[in-house]
Amino acid sequence: MDGKARVKRYSALRIIKEGLSGHKGWQPAWRDATPKPAYDVIVIGGGGHGLATAYYLASIHGIKNVALLEKGWIGGGNSGRNTTIVRSNYSIEGNTAFYEHSLKLWEGLSQELNYNVMFSQRGHLSLFFTPGQRDALARRYNIMRLNGIDGEFLNRDQVQKMVPHLNYSEDSRFPIMGGFLQPRAGTARHDAVNWGYARAASALGVDIIQNCEVTGFIHEGGKIQGVETNRGEIRAEKIGMAVAGSTSLLAKMAGLGKLPIESHKLQAFVSEPIKPFLDTVLVYSAYNGHFYISQSDKGGMVFGGDLDGYNSYAQQGNLPIYTDVAGCAMNVMPALGRVKILRQWAGIMDMSMDGSPFIAKTDIDGLYLNAGWCYGGFKAIPGSGWCFAHTIANDAPHEINSPLTLDRFRQGRQIDESGHGPFPKAH
Amino acid sequence: MLRIECPFCGLRNHDEFTYLEDGSGEMPALDNIDGEAWYEAVFLRDNPRGMHIEDWHHTQGCRMVLRVSRNTLTHQILSVMPAHPDYKEMFSDSAKSANSAPKSAKAKSAKDGRG
Repeated sequence: MDGKARVKRYSALRIIKEGLSGHKGWQPAWRDATPKPAYDVIVIGGGGHGLATAYYLASIHGIKNVALLEKGWIGGGNSGRNTTIVRSNYSIEGNTAFYEHSLKLWEGLSQELNYNVMFSQRGHLSLFFTPGQRDALARRYNIMRLNGIDGEFLNRDQVQKMVPHLNYSEDSRFPIMGGFLQPRAGTARHDAVNWGYARAASALGVDIIQNCEVTGFIHEGGKIQGVETNRGEIRAEKIGMAVAGSTSLLAKMAGLGKLPIESHKLQAFVSEPIKPFLDTVLVYSAYNGHFYISQSDKGGMVFGGDLDGYNSYAQQGNLPIYTDVAGCAMNVMPALGRVKILRQWAGIMDMSMDGSPFIAKTDIDGLYLNAGWCYGGFKAIPGSGWCFAHTIANDAPHEINSPLTLDRFRQGRQIDESGHGPFPKAH
Repeated sequence: MLRIECPFCGLRNHDEFTYLEDGSGEMPALDNIDGEAWYEAVFLRDNPRGMHIEDWHHTQGCRMVLRVSRNTLTHQILSVMPAHPDYKEMFSDSAKSANSAPKSAKAKSAKDGRG
């Protein structure tokens, strides 16, 4: 591939060399390709999941004649709209192995991609406030330990030692009882993940085609044969969809019919940059509250809460959640009271009917589905791409994603982590 | 903030309401033992980008369940009706006088009271 020869490795030596020559030798990280008439595989969706899928198809399975189609620009959807939390503290079969696999891939990702994704294992601390919450987290802790996933159970004093500036006052409305920590969890730089996968995939020969919107699917003899786009017809016998937020729209276009998914919007917020203040990911869930916060490397406090609550494709948040999230922040971390919120935005989530995702074959030959990521798509990016690439390359799921099928609802084997029944609102 | 015109209480902020669910489908009859029908009704969603029929519960108002037609892209609300068939009939018979009917009834009784 001509692209492959041109990509130079990033290294300390290279920085020195480029520095001495006036930084004139740096090149774009990936080729902005124009579509060819046909490929072996088309991946629709240039977010983290699609980019990772394209990368693993090329790097593990040797399928390098791949087109990645993105309607806008890569990483401009949910991959650029999340709170960048990475964790694997799950307790239900189907989720545990998958998210732990993903976390392990995160741990080696910067080296593998030769791109610093700024994965910082600063820990993920879920606070608890009631005996009921404590017992539920203790159960989760035990299941995780049995599955070989790290976890630590902290009492109130240990939490106070770790994060001293929370609301520990005697008269706080919801006194902190303790916390559950996953030390290997943390955060990563969302743009770097997209760009790193894009660069590595492009170097292996994957065509990354931006501003290319799929407008239809080409079916011939009951099989999928390609897509129609605003940049012309592109053919391939295998097509993977990783378009969370718009999954129902594309599924309808492809002839898959209704899916067990609703599109909802989830807001995120970032404050003005402040000095180092919080060195872990903190989750607050007193009674009906829901709030998670971490501090970015630039110093901004990055936080979010619940869904806005009603079906939406608008990518614009609404005020009641703004108030709710600010209320939670003041309850657990009153020191934030004078910090100004800099920006707020919303992404459109694929909310599945049990809170768990899909990485599966579909009823249509040659069409594969990656969808239903609910609140938690970011942490899943490496694992999702890895499993989806395996599923596409072998026309069969890997053992790890074999439970994440589309027809699990028909068979009554939902993966309902929170145990709350068929509502598209789970985390 | 969405503003929902409750047929009983008037124009209210949406945080007075609890969003329930997609209101476009019908549940199968309770004696229906066809698993496929239940699967489709309970789990599958049309999930349109555009007009969506949905149920909102006026939890901090009249506590009626309302059936709302709303655009999921622009959030424009086209119609608000009581979800219960009996009340719905009361309002949909003459859509234009929907809001004036209870008001005029109220006005009448007030007049009667004064008289």
